Amino acid sequence: MTQAATTEASLREAGAAQESYESQSYLQLSWRRLRRQRGPMLALAALIAICVMTIASPWLDESLLHIDPNRGLISERFQAPSAQHFLGTDDFGRDQLARLLVAGRVSLAIGLMVAGISLTFGIAMGLIAGYYPGLIDDGVNAIIQVVLNIPLLFILILLSTLFHPGVVGLSIIFGITGWPGIARQVRGRVLSERQRDYVLAALVAGATDLRIMYRHILPNVFSVVLVIAGFGVGGAILGEAGLSYLGLGVQVPTASWGNMLSNALNYFESAWWMVVAPGAAIVVTVFCIFYFADALRDALDPHLQD
Amino acid sequence: MTHFIIRRAIQSFLLLIGVSLVSFFIQRIAPGGPSAFTENPRLPASYALEQRHAFGLDQPLQVQYAKWLWQVGHLNFGRSFADQRPAMDKILDRLPNTLELAGTALVLGLLGIPIGIAAALRRGGIFDQSLRLVTVLGNAIPTWWLGLVILILSVKTVDIFPLAGVGDGLFDRIHHLILPALLLAIGGWLVYSRYMRSELLEVLGQDYVRTARAKGLTERTVILSHALRNAMIVIITLLGSELAGLLSVGVIMESVFSWPGTGRLLWESALSRDYPVLMAEVVLGATFVILGNFLADIAYGFVDPRIKYE
Repeated sequence: MTQAATTEASLREAGAAQESYESQSYLQLSWRRLRRQRGPMLALAALIAICVMTIASPWLDESLLHIDPNRGLISERFQAPSAQHFLGTDDFGRDQLARLLVAGRVSLAIGLMVAGISLTFGIAMGLIAGYYPGLIDDGVNAIIQVVLNIPLLFILILLSTLFHPGVVGLSIIFGITGWPGIARQVRGRVLSERQRDYVLAALVAGATDLRIMYRHILPNVFSVVLVIAGFGVGGAILGEAGLSYLGLGVQVPTASWGNMLSNALNYFESAWWMVVAPGAAIVVTVFCIFYFADALRDALDPHLQD
Repeated sequence: MTHFIIRRAIQSFLLLIGVSLVSFFIQRIAPGGPSAFTENPRLPASYALEQRHAFGLDQPLQVQYAKWLWQVGHLNFGRSFADQRPAMDKILDRLPNTLELAGTALVLGLLGIPIGIAAALRRGGIFDQSLRLVTVLGNAIPTWWLGLVILILSVKTVDIFPLAGVGDGLFDRIHHLILPALLLAIGGWLVYSRYMRSELLEVLGQDYVRTARAKGLTERTVILSHALRNAMIVIITLLGSELAGLLSVGVIMESVFSWPGTGRLLWESALSRDYPVLMAEVVLGATFVILGNFLADIAYGFVDPRIKYE
């Protein structure tokens, strides 16, 4: 299927621009489609900028702003945004901008770790379960079902009240709760894909199970997985914020966007800037992630070529 | 099919036991203990020990679990550490409130299906493009935060929404229900419209749709009886997870709106390590979700003949 799409599209390309007949890979083609869209590319650029800024945050805080994000002056509490404090100060007199940057590191790290953990396990388990009916499917499915059938926040509340996890601990908890959803989606797709003729054709041609799963089925379920991965990163950032509201997220003094936001809600009427900054950081970042993932899905889907 | 349903029913039952086993051991392995026995500093230290003994907490874990399971088999979920009331009574007191909120949100959420269909049929149009932006933005905004901001703004300006509770009498209840139910339903709109759109587009690209068009069927017939039926499959698979999602987000939403539901009870009992209530909560929540998934799986087999259940 990929092969057919490739030749078809490259012929069209070659015809239009008189380019060479060199064949292009699936990913190259997708990237080409994606690059034409201005909105998603802007979102990607913003995401990269946010990542660079938060990764460089200790250096930015120290060398550029000359501010310690965890130390404030009581005399400078609740200051509105000014030339000295671009985003104002919080209830401890800490600089909001400096804190926002450092907090972004924590929030993004959680998002990425969660996506990494849940994708790795989710894809592998989903492929295996969907491909091997019988005992293996039942076994994997049992694990998936147990985790999936306890409402997500129930597990999160249980684990985080009982174990008081740190940043890595929280990521693992989110990862544990995240992979079964991915595995279930992948499994569902594989169940339907493996009945199709191209899998049979590959089997007849003598392809091994591993090759069929990796070369033939995975590309066809890939777009689904990527969208879920995008959701996973953003979802973890939002989830941490939600847990923070219940007092169960990343614990102070370590700053995360979530605990900054939920703390700020106590001062909503007097210090609006405290709510706006972390809220905007979460919404903008998660928006960019989702928006890009959404466009990526369309670009990766061989059925959706226009 | 009958064979499959029986097998699936047995699986569901085993699943419930699996869920209870996992959550039982998670709770007990965690460091710390119930706060109800130690929160009063005027009571002697021996009181906590006596209470632990009285509730059987000094026995080996596997014995405790076996006893718990045996009692649950007799529909006895034990008594709350906090006020010695039966755990199930405490939950049943609050369950109608949660069902009212989650049920309304579930039904309201289905409105996402026609939205998704409309967007897919006019792919790339103004409606589709703005829906895409709205969907992505809606997903990026935490609904609990949106709820809080609306509440605070409403209090400061027009004051149309009640701040907390469920209200008395039919009219007042509906008044209290509107905002939290709408906010909870946002999740459904976003998920259903998104999946519906992408799935319908995927189906419309398939060969059999081209065949249907080629043989001269009206666009209406192609969409309604060929494309839509296959695209709807994904909605069915979402039922179980949607239910789980509603119960989850519900916990935070109940907190925001001081809604006396089971979600807040869960949170309270988790903080105070009220094991009997906590276990009853998890088992009940899981029962809802398992039932949802069970029904979804059966429906899945009915509507998609490519899925073969042996």
